[in-house]
Amino acid sequence: MIRFNNVSKRYPEGFEALSGVTLHIEPGEMVFLTGHSGAGKSTLLKLISLIERPSRGQALIDNVNLATVRSGRIPYLRRRVGVIFQDHRLLRDRTVFDNVALPLVIAGYRHQEIGRRVRAALDKVNLLNKERQFPITLSGGEQQRVGIARAVVNKPPLVLADEPTGNLDPELSREIMLLFEQFNQVGVTILIASHDLDLISRMNHRTLTLKQGRLLADQRPLPAGTSA
Amino acid sequence: MKRARPERPLRRRSAATRMLRPSFGTRVGSYFIGNAQVLLASLGRLYRTPLTSLMTAAVIGIALALPLGLYVTLQNFQNVSSGWDGAAQISVFLKMDVNDARAGALAKKVRGLPEVADVRLLTHEQALDEFQDLSGFGDALKVLPSNPLPAVLIVRPAAKHSNPASVRKLVEQLRKLPETDQAKLDMMWVKRLYTMMQIAQRAVLVIAALLAMAVLLIIGNTIRLDIQNRRDEIIITKLIGATNSFIRRPFLYSGLWYGLLGGVIGWLLVAIALSLVDAPVRRLAGLYGSNFVLNSLDAQTVLGLLLFSTLLGLAGSWLAVGRHLSAIEPT
Ligand SMILES: Nc1ncnc2c1ncn2[C@@H]1O[C@H](COP(=O)(O)OP(=O)(O)OP(=O)(O)O)[C@@H](O)[C@H]1O
Ligand SMILES: [Mg+2]
Repeated sequence: MIRFNNVSKRYPEGFEALSGVTLHIEPGEMVFLTGHSGAGKSTLLKLISLIERPSRGQALIDNVNLATVRSGRIPYLRRRVGVIFQDHRLLRDRTVFDNVALPLVIAGYRHQEIGRRVRAALDKVNLLNKERQFPITLSGGEQQRVGIARAVVNKPPLVLADEPTGNLDPELSREIMLLFEQFNQVGVTILIASHDLDLISRMNHRTLTLKQGRLLADQRPLPAGTSA
Repeated sequence: MKRARPERPLRRRSAATRMLRPSFGTRVGSYFIGNAQVLLASLGRLYRTPLTSLMTAAVIGIALALPLGLYVTLQNFQNVSSGWDGAAQISVFLKMDVNDARAGALAKKVRGLPEVADVRLLTHEQALDEFQDLSGFGDALKVLPSNPLPAVLIVRPAAKHSNPASVRKLVEQLRKLPETDQAKLDMMWVKRLYTMMQIAQRAVLVIAALLAMAVLLIIGNTIRLDIQNRRDEIIITKLIGATNSFIRRPFLYSGLWYGLLGGVIGWLLVAIALSLVDAPVRRLAGLYGSNFVLNSLDAQTVLGLLLFSTLLGLAGSWLAVGRHLSAIEPT
């Protein structure tokens, strides 16, 4: 699914946010990405969602080389990756329903199909009763769940989340992580950046640790599910 | 992964796409439905900020009304003056020694020329009467021992030969007649009028072109501000996988609506102006004993205006979108 070979990312200002990262994530895995602030977690996710391009090395998603993909193809590749942002990035002047429907509208789905899928996604995140509300009238946790519904509504094979529990209380954070586990159970590959080490250790999934742009550790869960 | 021959996965994918994709007809249908939805949504967006939208449309309308009004005025003027072609007439003053009988015979001969529509003969006597009537010097002329005025042929060229070149040729021909003393053409002012109208037409074109450019800039600027205000929205939709054409479409349609609304406002303004001057023009025409009526806007002109303004709107937003949308990329 995701394959990095010695990938480096140097920002135009000259700062090297990632240096020689090599990793491989199989389809269907659920992986945490952790590390101190500034370690390069968001940069790594930005490479995968084609917001930034690698400076060196080879980054492949589904065997598509991210360094050489034409900009006209980028929208279509992004549709195959659901992204959840720490600051939600919802459209303030659209209802919850319309926000979640956006990926489907972009992809050109039919009206009835959109209604069906949006309601299914909202049902999963338990927000079916708020579909007519505007994002500002929702709590932080609810907004985050709208963002999750939007990320999964068109059933992408890969979902990325950058600090999805950033400023939520532990109870809510756990709920949201369980939600990701549910998606993972139906085969979605999930990569979550977080520095909530407590939560990560309790979840027992593969964990990649970044430090100053380098991959420091790649820990597999204890009961050795997948071979190394 | 095993290395596959390059064409294999391609073929497999295209087969899969064919199976998953809706039929061509369904896709075309949903493309048009989707576009119609975006078109209406853009109108709804303008409706949500009615004052701003109306003001922009009004500025466009005024800019369009000016050349349109001038154009209609000019057309009306042309209608009035087209009746004046026949006003070109040639006065042929005969020599003093040509008596009325010879003058009558000459009039008959000239009337037979194909270039001539009509000839009126003023005999010595008639010329004198007319002069007395018009000049008020009647009493003074009575004192003179003999009639000093020659007989005159007033020649009106046939409509087919009323263009300046043939009329001039006719004047030359009449001047060469042995009986002719002088032949004078009263057409200078008609020519001047036509030249002035040609200049006015050019001026209207230039003004229209300048104001069309102004409309282009107004719409471009409005759309630019709109793009700036919706920067976040554009970034978010790009992140979710929107293509550039998907993001471009609502802005293009707003430009289209601005153009169309501006065109309608321009039309209304000119229509109102015409109805305001209609009554005075009728009165003026009445004073001249003319039954001239002001031509209002015909359907063709209105349709042309609306089409033109809509295209202007589309072009203005196209320029703005091309320049400003590509600069917005998520980070
Ligand atoms: N657009 C950018 N231009 C220049 N430098 C950047 C840019 N984005 C990030 N950086 C730098 O790259 C480094 C890694 O940033 P990144 O956002 O990937 O860290 P992070 O691990 O996500 O941190 P945090 O936990 O605080 O979100 C930082 O030092 C940051 O200053
Ligand atoms: Mg970050």
